[in-house]
Amino acid sequence: MVRPSWLNLRCNRGNSMEDVIALIVYLGLPVIFLIGGYAIGKTVENRHFRDLERREEIYKRIVRMTTKRIPSNWHANDPILVQGQAVIGSDYFKTFASQIRNLFGGRVRSLETLMERARREAMLRMLEEAREHGANAVINIREETSTIGRGYGRQGLASAEIFVYGTALKVS
Amino acid sequence: MLVVNTEYIPGYQVTQIKGLVQGNTIRAKNVGRDIMAGLKNLVGGELKGYTELLTESRREAMQRMLNQAQELGANAVVNVRFSTSSITQGAAELYCYGTAVVAQPQVQQG
Repeated sequence: MVRPSWLNLRCNRGNSMEDVIALIVYLGLPVIFLIGGYAIGKTVENRHFRDLERREEIYKRIVRMTTKRIPSNWHANDPILVQGQAVIGSDYFKTFASQIRNLFGGRVRSLETLMERARREAMLRMLEEAREHGANAVINIREETSTIGRGYGRQGLASAEIFVYGTALKVS
Repeated sequence: MLVVNTEYIPGYQVTQIKGLVQGNTIRAKNVGRDIMAGLKNLVGGELKGYTELLTESRREAMQRMLNQAQELGANAVVNVRFSTSSITQGAAELYCYGTAVVAQPQVQQG
């Protein structure tokens, strides 16, 4: 994105107005995207986290298990498959930060929160479905990632795609 | 039709096993969704177009599996698994499989 701007500057010294516009377009836009992406992305993320916490409070009484068997003293009926999924996209700043991180290696914190949000969101959607059926337990919960957003453009969209499913039960 | 992803059905007894049933679908995302997702990728947040696409495709794959189960004369599918694979850039296969069985409600003891 940045490369041609200084070349242009050197070639046509005559028109300073065009140089300034070229500079703004080649250098300014990415900077605006970075700052805007960071500010809006952070706001969206914080709001999402608050929203997640509020909703998790509602569903915390539903028992969640990854095992197939239930304790023998439980009396369960009305089993039904429930599922939830979420695709959460990265923002410009996060994508940029992860690309920089890619040079040095190490922990990519900015994408960790992205995965966390997708996981919690998908889990909540599954629990919402379970509660619609009047269930109070979900057993055999499985989680998987899918790849539909990859391969967009050259680098592909950075997005977290999580699918969660399990068997909802009415336990007494 | 009872669908569970456990090997047994809580509260039911499996009386007959009908065999493997499966359903798949391959979906491509469209350009409109791509553009929207590309814009959304600047500021972050949920890519709703993709979430909808995945939900629809999963539902379709599962419907095909259920149709197969119905043809076999089953009334339940147990041990359902989902899997995805990307076949080419931009298209994803959603696959769903399980075991079709005939189940009866268990007689309550005590």
